[in-house]
Amino acid sequence: MGTFIIRRLGQMLLTALCLTFIVFFMTNLTPNLEKLAKTQGNFRMSDEAVNSWLSDRGYLAPLPYKFGQWVGVAPGWTNEKTDNVGQTVVTGRCFLAATPVEDRAQFCGVLQGFWGYSSVFKTDVDALVAKRLSATGKLMGFVLLLMVPMALIVGILAGMREGSNLDRTLSTFSIASTATPEYVSGVIFIALLASSKFGISPILADWGWIDTKTLFLGSAKKAVDDATFRNFFLPVLTISLYGMGYIARMTRASMAEVMTAQYIRTARLKGVSFRNVVMKHALRNALIAPFTVIMLQVPWLLNGVVIVEYLFAYDGFGRLLVEAARGNDIELLMAISVVSVILVLLTQLISDIGYVFLNPRIRIS
Amino acid sequence: MATQDYDGPILEIENLSISFFTRLREIPAVMDFSVTVQPGEAVGLVGESGCGKSTVALGVMQDLGKNGRVVGGTIKFKGQDLGQMTMEELGNIRGCEIAMIYQEPMASLNPAMRIGRQLMEVPMIHQDMSETDAYQRALQVVTDVKLPDPGRILNSFPHQLSGGQQQRIVIAMALMSEPSLLILDEPTTALDVTVEAAVVELVKDLGKKYRTSMLFISHNLGLVLETCDRICVMYSGEAVETGRIEDVFDKMQHPYTQALFRSIPLPGADKNSRPLVAIPGNFPLPHERPKGCNFGPRCDYFEEGRCNSNKAIPMAHVEHGDRHESRCLKFAEIDWDTPVIEAEKKEKAAIGEVVLKIDNLKKYYEVAANAIFGGGNKKVVKANETLSFEARESETLAIVGESGCGKSTFAKVLMGLETATDGEILLDNKAVQNTAIEDRDTKTVADVQMVFQNPFDTLNPSMTIGRQIIRALEIFKVGNSEAERRTRMLELLDLVKLPREFADRMPRQLSGGQKQRVGIARAFAGDARIVVADEPVSALDVSVQAAVTDLLMDIQREHKTTLLFISHDLSIVRYLSDRVMVMYLGHVVELGTTDQVFSPPYHPYTEALLSAVPIADTSVIKKHIVLEGDIPSAMNPPPGCPFQTRCGWKSKVSGGLCDIEMPPVREIADGHQVKCHLSDEELAGMEAVIKIAAE
Repeated sequence: MGTFIIRRLGQMLLTALCLTFIVFFMTNLTPNLEKLAKTQGNFRMSDEAVNSWLSDRGYLAPLPYKFGQWVGVAPGWTNEKTDNVGQTVVTGRCFLAATPVEDRAQFCGVLQGFWGYSSVFKTDVDALVAKRLSATGKLMGFVLLLMVPMALIVGILAGMREGSNLDRTLSTFSIASTATPEYVSGVIFIALLASSKFGISPILADWGWIDTKTLFLGSAKKAVDDATFRNFFLPVLTISLYGMGYIARMTRASMAEVMTAQYIRTARLKGVSFRNVVMKHALRNALIAPFTVIMLQVPWLLNGVVIVEYLFAYDGFGRLLVEAARGNDIELLMAISVVSVILVLLTQLISDIGYVFLNPRIRIS
Repeated sequence: MATQDYDGPILEIENLSISFFTRLREIPAVMDFSVTVQPGEAVGLVGESGCGKSTVALGVMQDLGKNGRVVGGTIKFKGQDLGQMTMEELGNIRGCEIAMIYQEPMASLNPAMRIGRQLMEVPMIHQDMSETDAYQRALQVVTDVKLPDPGRILNSFPHQLSGGQQQRIVIAMALMSEPSLLILDEPTTALDVTVEAAVVELVKDLGKKYRTSMLFISHNLGLVLETCDRICVMYSGEAVETGRIEDVFDKMQHPYTQALFRSIPLPGADKNSRPLVAIPGNFPLPHERPKGCNFGPRCDYFEEGRCNSNKAIPMAHVEHGDRHESRCLKFAEIDWDTPVIEAEKKEKAAIGEVVLKIDNLKKYYEVAANAIFGGGNKKVVKANETLSFEARESETLAIVGESGCGKSTFAKVLMGLETATDGEILLDNKAVQNTAIEDRDTKTVADVQMVFQNPFDTLNPSMTIGRQIIRALEIFKVGNSEAERRTRMLELLDLVKLPREFADRMPRQLSGGQKQRVGIARAFAGDARIVVADEPVSALDVSVQAAVTDLLMDIQREHKTTLLFISHDLSIVRYLSDRVMVMYLGHVVELGTTDQVFSPPYHPYTEALLSAVPIADTSVIKKHIVLEGDIPSAMNPPPGCPFQTRCGWKSKVSGGLCDIEMPPVREIADGHQVKCHLSDEELAGMEAVIKIAAE
């Protein structure tokens, strides 16, 4: 098992390196750099000005060398320039002009713990990503807490008697929930539950059942720091419903298949009651397939929450990604891709290990 | 329930009819079926697949699924009608009073639950036993079914046991609460013959010990003869004959029973002088049953207007015998003693030159000890060890052995699907052992062809039969134009005795036997000179087996083909092969002509194999040898002789030679070689395993 995990981690590093290189390559294409210079500097810059702006900041070095700087295996760029006073000013990737000469580091990259500076948000990338990641992590955690049990219950109830009315009803429900995009269900929820003019909130307020104007809040802005049921439930519900249908369908298919297996017949003909057939014999076997799917949903959640984060004004990882992409914020995008790769591979690792525990046929001897 | 002091019949099925309902129609699966099982009695239910025997079993269990329903008749268990019971009452009977043993032990055990839990569940549900008591009970029953190290077994998962052990667990599970009735649904079909013999022995002993009544469902007449007191032969949803074993086997009163016995190879049958008589035609599909007698269209005694009138034919009592009944209008008129009309005797083809020579062939596989998580140590599986033999033109060489003995590996190496580790395969004096199939020239590929075990999986389901044969012709570069190939394809259909219209049919429209014929046609598309037939008939029904075997023999006579017939079924091997090679754990333990191998002196393993084969003939007396334990894993073979762990003769060899040294290959008669340490005197003193009692 130990070697397996080490191998997986090595694989993860390699994938992260390859992916970040691709992102780095794309963001460093000439038109993107030009756009960066113009947004950061001045929109009416001449071509020469753009060039000097870029070369002053080390953007015009060869691509592998620049990538090496980001990783931290190549020395960061430095630039000497004479300012209008006639003094020589040395700027560099790894230090500010004010930094004393002896403190100036030569290497500064990911290996040294320096993730770079966000050109859009004007702040250090690592702190920014950490904050946004934790915000989205909170959202994801609640979504998983709501979505997974709901999906499994629906799937198992539907699959245990294939073709029954219960199955038909629950299947229709799960298909409908998957077929409704988040921007539709989110808007409906806001209109029904979080509007002071429409839906049930005015009625409830009239009856005096709620003290506030609306049942739920349509904005989750405050939930980043202080999540309450009232401001956080709607985004969680919107995402959960959308993801639930898919897992429920998978669980149902898996459960239905298990229920036709011969060992289920064996159990039934042993005199085991239907309830125990489902709980003791079918459940564990039926969970093997959906488990992988659930773990695959996690990375999807990380980036798939964009719409909901916008809809509910929640400052999370998804919004960060969109804004970084819009502003061609190279170092922020790089950090985001590293986080995404690690998260995808980490969930796969967990899914493989969990699989071993669910399925005794695969065991580490 | 007043079950203890009941002394009537355990199970009475009266005029039972079961139908399955589909959107299109009602499909009657069982019609007017009656059987009675007395306490302590074992009743065999015999018939081909699709005849409704398993449906009867599920009917008794009242577990017919959503579509199935009992539409007539009653099933009484100890006098109580099972059909009138509530789910709860049924739950009390299932697993407690009636237990069932299934065909595929692996599929019948929950893969994600420890064996112990699965066993303990039974008394915990039915007798409200505490967990510790249930564990003790499980330990005891596992010991009863003769499994070694019960504690460890109870703590393992099903996949950690071998097939034979799994089946013993299923039997143990059925015995946990000492049921009054045991239903065995083809309990040994998935097992090897020597394991089958041990399991059957066990079931018989336990049946006696616990005085359990049994309903034994099987397609194997020999097995039923060995285990049961009474037999019920089913055909197409109906019982056609029922009675005591002796009556039905020796004084049969139904044409189907008779035809069935004539189509299975019994000792004495011979492919040239006394060929098998196949039952003509096909088994009718449930919704295409003929009027009157279901067997009518295939029956030799069919009488127009009488056998196919609209009236249903009732079961009728036969004068002699005990509760012997037959569903035939004419049984009293038929002279059952007329000998079989001798089918034309066939000329034995002369055996020609050596075409295939195997010299010291070895095939080792390296497997990682841990498939998923990788990891260091590799293990070597020695699938074939020093195989040396020759095969000649027009010869049938049978390769016999249980699963894991390396017979299929040899076939793969010969075909070029694998390359040899060491040694030589000479095909017409050309070494081919290291040429993979992609690198072989068309001629070599066309020369060596294979007929596969399972005809259901080897045909492409979305291509017509004709297209598939033409495809083979294209690959073998036969014919210059599409038209030429089409003509050749039609000739091939003639060769395998399929109507030419079948060229445009899809595989799903064919029966198993017909599909296997297509497989044979495909193998002979490029005029194959060596055909490897890997268990070609074991997936087919008994009545079809004979026809397919005969077809292979006919083609062989005509084309002077060398046939390598891989099988575990010794009856059929004895019937059709010229020479026999017995394999065990990758070694050839005995090789000789069919007569030499099937008569003493034997290799101890051959002796055990012969004794294990059930023979459907009451006049045969067999020496009883039951092998202990399972076949050792090829990954970890025992030291010395591969068979020493299970050999009954080991004590006769002095100096513990069997434990230390691999026995040499000895020639004990011309062309008869044996790999054994036993002395010549011991070998000469061996008795025949199968004797036919004097009439």
